[in-house]
Formats: sequence, structure tokens, C-alpha cells
Amino acid sequence: MADLETFRREARAWLEANCPAEMREPVRDESDYCWGGRNPLFKSDAQKAWMERMAARGWTVPDWPREYGGGGLSPAETKVLRQEMAAAGARNPLMSFGISMLGPALLKYGTEAQKKRFLPEIARGEIRWCQGYSEPNAGSDLASVATKCEDRGDHWLVNGQKVWTSYADKADWIFCLVRTDPEAPKHKGISFILFDMRTPGVSTKPILLISGNSPFCETFFDDVKVPKDQVVGEVNKGWDVAKYLLGHEREMISGMGLGGTGESLGAALAERLKDDPILRADVARFDVDAMAFRAMSERFIDELKAGRAHPAQPSIMKYAGTELNKARHELIMAAGGSGALEWESERSKGGKAPREWLRTKANSIEGGTSEIQLGIVAKHILELPGT
Amino acid sequence: MPLYLTDDQAMLRDTAREFMAAEGSIAKQYRKYRDMNCKDGFGHALWKQFGEMGFTGILIDEADGGLGLGHVEAGIVLEEIGRNLTPSPFLVTAVAVVEALRGTRHGERWYPGILAGETVAALAVDEGSKHRPEAIAMTAERSGNGFRLSGRKQFVVQGASADVFVVAADTTDGLTLFSVEKGTKGLEIEGVRLADASIGARLEFDRVEVDADAVIGEVGRGRDVLRRVLNAGRAGAASELVGVGSQAMAMTVDYLKQRKQFGRLIGEFQALQHRAAHLYSELEIARAATLKAQQLLSEDAEEADMMVSVAKAKSGQASALAVQEGVQMHGGIGMTDEYDIGLYMKRDRVLNELFGDASYHADKVARLNGY
Ligand SMILES: Cc1cc2nc3c(=O)[nH]c(=O)nc-3n(C[C@H](O)[C@H](O)[C@H](O)COP(=O)(O)OP(=O)(O)OC[C@H]3O[C@@H](n4cnc5c(N)ncnc54)[C@H](O)[C@@H]3O)c2cc1C
Repeated sequence: MADLETFRREARAWLEANCPAEMREPVRDESDYCWGGRNPLFKSDAQKAWMERMAARGWTVPDWPREYGGGGLSPAETKVLRQEMAAAGARNPLMSFGISMLGPALLKYGTEAQKKRFLPEIARGEIRWCQGYSEPNAGSDLASVATKCEDRGDHWLVNGQKVWTSYADKADWIFCLVRTDPEAPKHKGISFILFDMRTPGVSTKPILLISGNSPFCETFFDDVKVPKDQVVGEVNKGWDVAKYLLGHEREMISGMGLGGTGESLGAALAERLKDDPILRADVARFDVDAMAFRAMSERFIDELKAGRAHPAQPSIMKYAGTELNKARHELIMAAGGSGALEWESERSKGGKAPREWLRTKANSIEGGTSEIQLGIVAKHILELPGT
Repeated sequence: MPLYLTDDQAMLRDTAREFMAAEGSIAKQYRKYRDMNCKDGFGHALWKQFGEMGFTGILIDEADGGLGLGHVEAGIVLEEIGRNLTPSPFLVTAVAVVEALRGTRHGERWYPGILAGETVAALAVDEGSKHRPEAIAMTAERSGNGFRLSGRKQFVVQGASADVFVVAADTTDGLTLFSVEKGTKGLEIEGVRLADASIGARLEFDRVEVDADAVIGEVGRGRDVLRRVLNAGRAGAASELVGVGSQAMAMTVDYLKQRKQFGRLIGEFQALQHRAAHLYSELEIARAATLKAQQLLSEDAEEADMMVSVAKAKSGQASALAVQEGVQMHGGIGMTDEYDIGLYMKRDRVLNELFGDASYHADKVARLNGY
């Protein structure tokens, strides 16, 4: 463990020297995140420098192998690095579906050529990815996706429609579930395919949300030609890749239950709670739940890294974490009172509170609804009988 | 330290699980001592076996003949106690009181008996119906070279069979802990059977004279020791609650797989599946919080106080949910004495109250967080 202490000291010193002060401020809103991509939008020079320095060390993906742009750290070192980043208040340098979803799936199912081609780009934040799973008739029942993908000898031909594709209009590439065998039982005819959003025939149309933002799109594919080597895993066995990726998506979304800095909600709202004993009690109960969930997250990550986690465990995390995050924002709204209702005003920072509150309501829908997660736990962990 | 059991701890768990299921089972212990209306509420023979297994020495230093292990290990044994509703002085004697006597001459006096599973020790803290250790009214006045204790205590678990009591009293200069032996003049003990058939005594101290040696630690400095003692007890109770809740859930999930209504297994109904899955998730979170609290306690970390309160509150809530859902999903049979699930409901209620309920600990979390 002496090595780990050395690593901790070095990591701390490096963060101290390299993380700009501005990147140690708490995140204020979504625009404070850096998403990378072909045409990256940096909010400041500090944000750019921070992302680039972390990427150069492989620390945007600390536990990926070095040859794919990662930091090559052991699970224990990765944990230490995260602790040190948290202690320094360092922001996540790069938000990326590539890192949290596609990367792990490529590491497990990709060919060597695919790993060499895509992973380093993801690690450096050069390509922004979107997820083409849902369709108008395939939401919870995801395995009923119908987007057609035909083998045309020297290429694949894709036709169909996706929906709820977050940031499709800003993405460079898409990872997509398509039907390659319409005759097979629904789970057996799906493939997992990657392509460039600039390919002719791809178009997107934003959908406005109740939060007033429009991060999602309808995405249309009209005779899109995709090179043969862009299917991940075996043809018609894409469901395995899809499920593996979903596990990572759920893990990522469950992280929202932690609510960023980990500061107690009650501490943040203390001033407002003084004259409201019932609200104070509700917030205190919430803080108990939040701290207990934090321990659960730590345990989950530790078990995952040690290969001890049950494959359905991300469903528990996703369910509990997202319900918790919704409860957090209900309480923030209640504590904020009429001030928190201001949708457009200087003082409300452009309606930060109500917009975030509305956004969290999607947590228990995106990535598989709470009902679907509970169904998975009932079936795969409790082994309750099917209908 | 990773937040799961090490190989050694997993081995201890397997041993404790096997032992408690065989020797501490509901039929052999809980029902037997309840049905004979035993005044102690537990079997001394099993307590001796605890000694032979080494469980009683988990928190006693090796130099004093114990195993020198930590709170995680004590929690492992308590979870199995919880699963089997095993009546035993383990939590109060081998966890809380052992912590109180650590490093004192009282330890030398009582540890050998505790190690052997012969001595029973109890903790006299609560005075009213709710746990309020911040406001202890019992007084200890100086008298000669000793003290004179006056006041009342209640909810003194295993008080009716205890050889010695750790008593918290106000000495005007602060709080002081005393070790008071059974049979001391002026000390009256009334054993009270609780809802779960365990015994929680009421104690009446009518100018009980003890000499200066009875003081545990320093006069007026008992707060700190009491904090350690209660932390140990609360974390232990959290583990026992996790055990109670886990077993209630296991019985319920089994029942869902056996009972048929409307021509199918009731476990096929999604409304019940989702409630069972929610329950499972709450219990897993409580388990993680409890393990975290015990790791922090063993490391003597600063955040331990907070995490212990989180663990006690969360495991209390999760276990309460487990027993209530358990009885409900068993239907009518869940209300019968013959079937065990209802016994879990009673034990949960008592453990929830012991060392502070979920509201008490949520309030504490709020205060520690500065609101
Ligand atoms: C903010 C946000 C971002 C998203 N981003 C993406 C993205 O980037 N890419 C992408 O592909 N998709 C994305 N989605 C889509 C998301 O995955 C789906 O919305 C989700 O899986 C639910 O599908 P649905 O909307 O069709 O609802 P439905 O499946 O129609 O469900 C409606 C209701 O029925 C319930 N229900 C359905 N089946 C069952 C069942 N068997 N048992 C019990 N209840 C059931 C559901 O829980 C829900 O309450 C996003 C969604 C949101 C809200």
C-alpha cells in the first residue's frame, strides 16, 4: 500500500499544479460541462486547458489501458485519483457518452482495429457520440427496435427512425441498435452499429422539453450507407452489447443520486430551514438517505472493480439514485418557495431551480424506467417467477 | 479499505451464519425462552457457547484475552443474530459495555467473565420513554470518598439478569459513568417483558452508595466514553436490524414463490414484484451504510459519528419496511403466532427504539450538518 500512498501524493501534487482555479468552482449549470467533439465549445481557456491536460495523462479515462488513450491505472489507483479530484473540488474534465457508455462496450466487444480507431478519440474528447436506442415503438420494450439494416454486400443500408436521441443534433457519431434479421425472435435479430452523423441520409429534429431545453431529437435514417467494419460484436448478437452498455449507462445515471459535491442538502438550505421544522425534518430524512446511498455507491464501485457485483446491480443503483435525485429537487423547490418558481429572472439565474427540478423528472425514465429496473431486480436478483 | 467484507470477514460470517442458524434458531431459542416465560429472556447455555466460539471477545484486545477485532466483525455476528432473532446479551454486553470498560480496571474485573460467556452486563442510560442521552437527570452526589446515585432508568436491556451495570449520571461537573454491581444496596430492579419477549428492566436508584473506584474513566468526563459506547451500540443495532430485515425479506420472497392465488404464484404479480424489489434495494443501501459506519468506527475516523447515525436511521427504516411488507404479503398467515414473520415485526420495533430511533438520528444528522 506504500505505492498507493506515493501515487496519492503525486496525484495531489499534479492536480494542484494543473487544475485551474476556475475548474475547481462548483458546476453552476449544464453549460459548465465540457462535451468535446469535432467542433468543441469551450466556455473558457481554463476549461480547454483542463480537458487537454487530463487527456494527455490519460486521466479522462484513468482505468483504460494506455494503448487506447487511458491512464492504465489499477482500480485502487483510480479510486485514489477520484478521491483526490473530489478533495481538490476538481470538475469532471469531460462529459461524454463515449466514456461512460460506448467505451466500456468497445473494450469488451470491439475488434482490436475498432478499439485502436475509436477509443483514443473518445479519451481525448475529439468525437461526441449519441445513443440511438429508442424508437417510437421501442422504449421500455427496447428489443422491439425496427430500424432496418440490410446487408448490401460491400456496405450496410440503414433505414428507420430513432427518438429521444439526446444531443443528436450536436453529436458527431451515433451508436445505434438496428434490426439485421427481421425473421428471428426479437432479441436475436439485433445488431449494434456505429456511424458518422454526417453520412448522407441522416437527419435530426430537436424536441422541446418541459424544462424549456431541447436536448433530445428525433433522428431519421434514409438510405444511410455504413461501412461493413462498423458493426460491434457479432451480427444479430447486438443485444448482448446493448445490455452491457445499458449497465454502464445506468451506473452513470445513478451517479446523479450523489448530487455533485456530496455536501449535505440541509447544510446548503440551512438558512431556509430555520423557521420550518417540518421541512427541516424532511430534509434531515433526505440527508440520511443520501449519505446511505453514497455508501452504497462506494460499495457498488468497489464490488464492480473487484468483479464481485451482480450483473443486475446497476438496476438497483439506477432506481435508488434517480428516485433520490428527484426527491432532492422537490425539497430544493419546497425550500425555495416562490423564489424557486421564477422561470426567467436575474436573481433566479435564469430559472436554474425549476429547470433543474424538471430535468430530474427524466432521471427515472431515461436509461430504462424505474419500473423496468424494479422488474430486473425482481427477476434476476430475487428470482421471482415470470408471467 | 474497499467497502465489502475481506476474506477473513467472509469466513467469520460463514461461521456465525452456520452457528446461529443451528444453535440460535427461533425454535431453539426465541420461542423456547418466550414460551417458558423465562425471567432472563435468553438462555445462559447459548451465551456460554458464544464464549466458546470466541464471539464474546471480538472487541476485547488480544492483550486482554480477546480477538482484538473491530466493529465490522461485531456487526457480522449481530446480523446473524438478527436473522434468527437469537435472544442474547451479545449487543449490550460484548459490544457496548466492552467498549465502555476498555482500558480501565473494570475491564480487568469483568472481561474474563464476558469472554467465558458467563457475565452479563447492561447499560443504564435511558430515563424516559425516548432515548435522550443529552439530558440525563440521574444524579451522583459526592459522599465520603464515593458517590450517592439517585434516579431511575428504563429500557435497560438484559437488566434483570445483569451482574453489572454501566450507569450514566450527572455529577454537576459533567456526566460520569459508573460501574454498579447487582445487589448493591438501594438498587431495585424490575424486569419488564417487552413486545418482542425480550427483557428490558426498570432500575430505581435510591441513594445508592458506590465508592470512588466505581467511576469509569474520569469524573465529569463521561460524555466522551458514552459517545463511544453509544456509537458501538448503535452501529451494532444497525447490523442486527439489517439481519432482521434481510431475513423477513427472504421469508417473504420465498412465500411469493410458493403461494398460489388466482391460479398463479402471487410472485408473478408485478405489483408485489416491484414492492419486493424496492425493499431489496433499501436493505442493500442500509447494509452498505452500516458497513461504512463500522469501518469508520474501527478506524476511529472523524466522520464516524455522522455515519453511525445514518446507519442506525437507514437500517431502522429499511427493516421496518421489510417487516411491514413481509406481514402484508403473507396475508392472514402473517398475523398468526405460529408463523415466524410476525416475530420479526416485534423485534424490529424494539431494535428501532433501542439507542435512538430513525427520527432521533435524522435530527442528529441535521445537527452535525449544522442545521
Ligand atoms: C432525458 C431523456 C434522455 C433520453 N436519452 C435517450 C438517448 O439518448 N437515446 C435513446 O435511445 N433514448 C433516450 N431516451 C429514451 C428513454 O430510454 C425512454 O424514454 C425510456 O426507455 C422509456 O421508454 P418510453 O418513453 O417509450 O416509455 P414507455 O416504454 O412507453 O413507458 C411508459 C410507461 O409504462 C411503463 N412500462 C412500460 N413497460 C412496462 C412494464 N413491462 N412493466 C411496468 N411498467 C411498464 C414505463 O415504466 C412508463 O412508466 C431518453 C429519455 C429521456 C427522458
